[in-house]
Amino acid sequence: MTNATAIEARGLGKRYGRRWALADCTLTIPAGHVAGLVGPNGAGKTTLISLATGMLAPTTGTVEVLGGAPASGPGQLARVGYVAQDTPAYAALSVADHLRLGARLNPRWDAALAQARIKELGLEPRQKAGNLSGGQRAQLALTLALAKRPELLILDEPIASLDPRARREFLQVLMNAVAEQELSVVISSHQLADLERVADYLVVLVDSRVRIEGAVEHLLATHHLLTGPRRATSLPASQQVVAESHTGRQSTLLVRSSEPVIDPAWTVEEVSLEDLVLAYLGHTSTGSPDIRALEARP
Amino acid sequence: MIWLTWRQFRPQAITAAVALAVMAIVLAATRPGLVASYTAAGLPACRTHCAAIASIFIDGVGGLDHVLYFGSIALMYLAPALMGLFWGAPLIAREVEAGTHRVAWNQSVTRIRWTLVKLGLVGLAAVATAGLLSLMVTWWASPIDHAASLAGGSVQVAAGGGAGVHSSWYVLARLEPVVFAARGVAPLGYAAFAFALGVTAGVLLRRTLPAMALTLVAFAVIQVLVPNLVRPHLLPPAHVTAPLNVQTASYHPTKTVGSTAGEIQVTPPNFARPGAWVLSDVIVTPSGARLTALPKACTFTVGVAGPGPSALGDCKSALAAVHLRQSVSYQPASRFWPLQWIETGIYLVLAAGLGCVCAWQVRRRRTP
Amino acid sequence: MIWLTWRQFRPQAITAAIAVAVVASVAAATGPGIASAYTASGLPGCHASCATDASNFFTGLSRLDLLLYFGSFLLMYLAPALMGLFWGAPLIAREVETGTHRIAWNQSVTRTRWTLVKLGLVGLAAVATAGLLSLMVTWWASPISHAALLSGGQISGLVPRLDPPVFDATGVAPLGYAAFAFALGVTAGVLLRRTLPAMAVTLVAFAVIQVLVPNLVRPHLLPPDHFTAPLHEPFGVNVNAATGQVNGIGLARPFAKPGAWVLSDVIVTSSGAQLPNVAITFSGAELTVPPKGCTFTSGAAAGPAGLHDCSSVLAAMHLRESVTWQPASRFWPLQCIETGIYLVLAAGLGWVCVAQLRRRRTA
Repeated sequence: MTNATAIEARGLGKRYGRRWALADCTLTIPAGHVAGLVGPNGAGKTTLISLATGMLAPTTGTVEVLGGAPASGPGQLARVGYVAQDTPAYAALSVADHLRLGARLNPRWDAALAQARIKELGLEPRQKAGNLSGGQRAQLALTLALAKRPELLILDEPIASLDPRARREFLQVLMNAVAEQELSVVISSHQLADLERVADYLVVLVDSRVRIEGAVEHLLATHHLLTGPRRATSLPASQQVVAESHTGRQSTLLVRSSEPVIDPAWTVEEVSLEDLVLAYLGHTSTGSPDIRALEARP
Repeated sequence: MIWLTWRQFRPQAITAAVALAVMAIVLAATRPGLVASYTAAGLPACRTHCAAIASIFIDGVGGLDHVLYFGSIALMYLAPALMGLFWGAPLIAREVEAGTHRVAWNQSVTRIRWTLVKLGLVGLAAVATAGLLSLMVTWWASPIDHAASLAGGSVQVAAGGGAGVHSSWYVLARLEPVVFAARGVAPLGYAAFAFALGVTAGVLLRRTLPAMALTLVAFAVIQVLVPNLVRPHLLPPAHVTAPLNVQTASYHPTKTVGSTAGEIQVTPPNFARPGAWVLSDVIVTPSGARLTALPKACTFTVGVAGPGPSALGDCKSALAAVHLRQSVSYQPASRFWPLQWIETGIYLVLAAGLGCVCAWQVRRRRTP
Repeated sequence: MIWLTWRQFRPQAITAAIAVAVVASVAAATGPGIASAYTASGLPGCHASCATDASNFFTGLSRLDLLLYFGSFLLMYLAPALMGLFWGAPLIAREVETGTHRIAWNQSVTRTRWTLVKLGLVGLAAVATAGLLSLMVTWWASPISHAALLSGGQISGLVPRLDPPVFDATGVAPLGYAAFAFALGVTAGVLLRRTLPAMAVTLVAFAVIQVLVPNLVRPHLLPPDHFTAPLHEPFGVNVNAATGQVNGIGLARPFAKPGAWVLSDVIVTSSGAQLPNVAITFSGAELTVPPKGCTFTSGAAAGPAGLHDCSSVLAAMHLRESVTWQPASRFWPLQCIETGIYLVLAAGLGWVCVAQLRRRRTA
């Protein structure tokens, strides 16, 4: 049974001692998308993913994955695939052993798919996982997760330590699978270039809080880069400044607006995803107020 | 899940199988010699007054057999501890340390099921290994155990004849603490408990080496405390009281230079319960209290020469008036199997309890 | 480098310090009691036939004292093994397993220096810990050792210093064992590169060696003495006091060397053949099956008179006791030699470690 929502979080928070690793997280990631989870190191991406996969229990709030509680039973576990950071694998077990592991522990295991992938990747079945290169191990972990035939695949910075070619291959395999299996994906990364290639939904996490989320198309349509002579900013209420920079004579503003900007004083340009994300990454907890109130839900 | 548990446990299983095979070969090779001298001593046919022949047989246990007797006891103490350390502590701690729990807990089996299958299968292997070892060791040592029970409890051993190290040691009846833990079904309980202790330490500490250290210390402490504080009371001990024959009293001066004190020694009544485990052995007055002071007539300050016959006679009369008795509290030899089963049961229950603690802790979702 | 070694070793050092403190407090609490019981028993002033005093002393020891006595042997057997397992095996194997050797070997110290400093400092800590424990155990058990010496081996449980369990647990031998077990652990870790298998291998190897050495090596470290003396008449009859039955013929043994470590003790006939069916005990030797030409039957209440023809048969056999033994005075020489050997072995293993690591095979 497919759900319209991949991950739904309401007021989700996780505290360690006095520090909030994730605070007041409310988001709705729709199914059928490849959602990129972006943020600097320590922003709470891994915590959010751990909560979504049921590895951690929340301190406050709730999270629902595909309409069910995370890791709440074999059925729920079968619907979600997870590749953890550093793509762990059993060093003493061979590649073939890992496939057998998947086959024994998953009811919907697609052995043919797994074998085909391993062959394509050129992995030697009898080789111990501890002797694989980082890229090979990542591919093995991805194969394990894909052959499980989940509805949602969650990946925690899986390509961070891969070389450009391995990264490209990984994303290729991922996108093929998305097309073939009608998979929803949540992939966390701080490699914007890679996310730009694959993601059609974006969540930006900074300082343990969600700064912005939305379909990429929609985000790009509602953000504009305004350049104009330097003066005190006075913009209508429907236009919110996300980031600004000033030289002696010129101001550059990145604004978010549901309506087109018609002030002739400004030159309006489209914003690239990278600029958009970088602008939001500049928002710390002492920065701008939450401007999502302006945004109508897609 | 069963396949995965087996696949991960395979190296340890092979080690255990090899160790068991080596033990089996060594014990099987040496037992015929033991049985031969046991039969030659006339013990199988002996019905009454066997204590002397039994002593001679045990005295003659020499060389390799002597080493194997005590080595096998040491092995039965170490085996559960080793299983707790090398099978229990890394079971879950190693997965968490290596991060592979993120693979295991995101397949389609719940954590509880994963934990219970691992605990159950490897725990069963631990109990089976301990059981096989105990079977082999108990079978091998049965001539010596039988002789020790006939010889009256504690027999001194001298390795006689042939090459080998000559040393003197106790050979003990089955009920004595040292041997009790190395026979019968008790090692199964210890193995299950040590294993469960290891897994729990691993789950709580999440690091293998500290978990191993904690398991070792905790298990050692418990194994020292139980025989001394718990086991004597598992079944109510038997009591025997016999009057002291004060006519056998004699005076012995102490040899401390410059002291004029001495002591009265009385021959104790014959406590003949072969194979019994003596818990306490005291001299009491009719009220049941321990004797704290001798009657006045028995305090002499005469030095080495000692009291004269009349003075000693007065002392004897005074002692007779007090009606002293020797009170022995003991567990009879027949209680071996009941005590074994009760103790094993307790350890198995504790092991199961620890298993529940593990499963509960794993469920709590505190390990990202 | 010294600071780094200390910092990495700190948890184990604290554990060791706590353990040593616990042992010290137990020893301090119970030691004086044993010492005063020893003094009160009259043993210090005794020069001959001290068996009774020794027996009184030993039976007067409380259950706790006995438990501690035998427990101290266990402690001194386990301590080197534990140090090999928990200090030695992870020393380098853990670094390789977690990848931190890539940090350590790319600072400005060479691998060789890094290895030597770690081996040296932690090895020294192991030896020092074993030394402290041995000191405490030796001090605590010295009254019992003296009593064992004076008792002439007639009280079972009172084991003279030279005999294996006490020899291994006192004096300087534990220092050698600790150094060796530690070095064994580190070498296993370097060769196997994984901590848990290294621990298992260390345990098995150390256990095997510790069983073999007292039995096969130690008796020959110094050439044993030989003793041969004839058995004299009158030969006695061992009778069971309770039943009056004859168990066997009692042969009084001439060998009496207090505290000796007897390696072999047999009764031989004039042809040099060993007499069968003889059980050597503390009080003498007992022949359970009469030789040819005798007629006494074991078990029958024959009494000394029935021994008459056996006596002449035995006398004609010219029986001798032949003993191979190490004298009590050889305790310290044997200790030093054995410790020296173990220390040399430990150094050799250390060199193996350094050589292996220099070979640049661990990425």
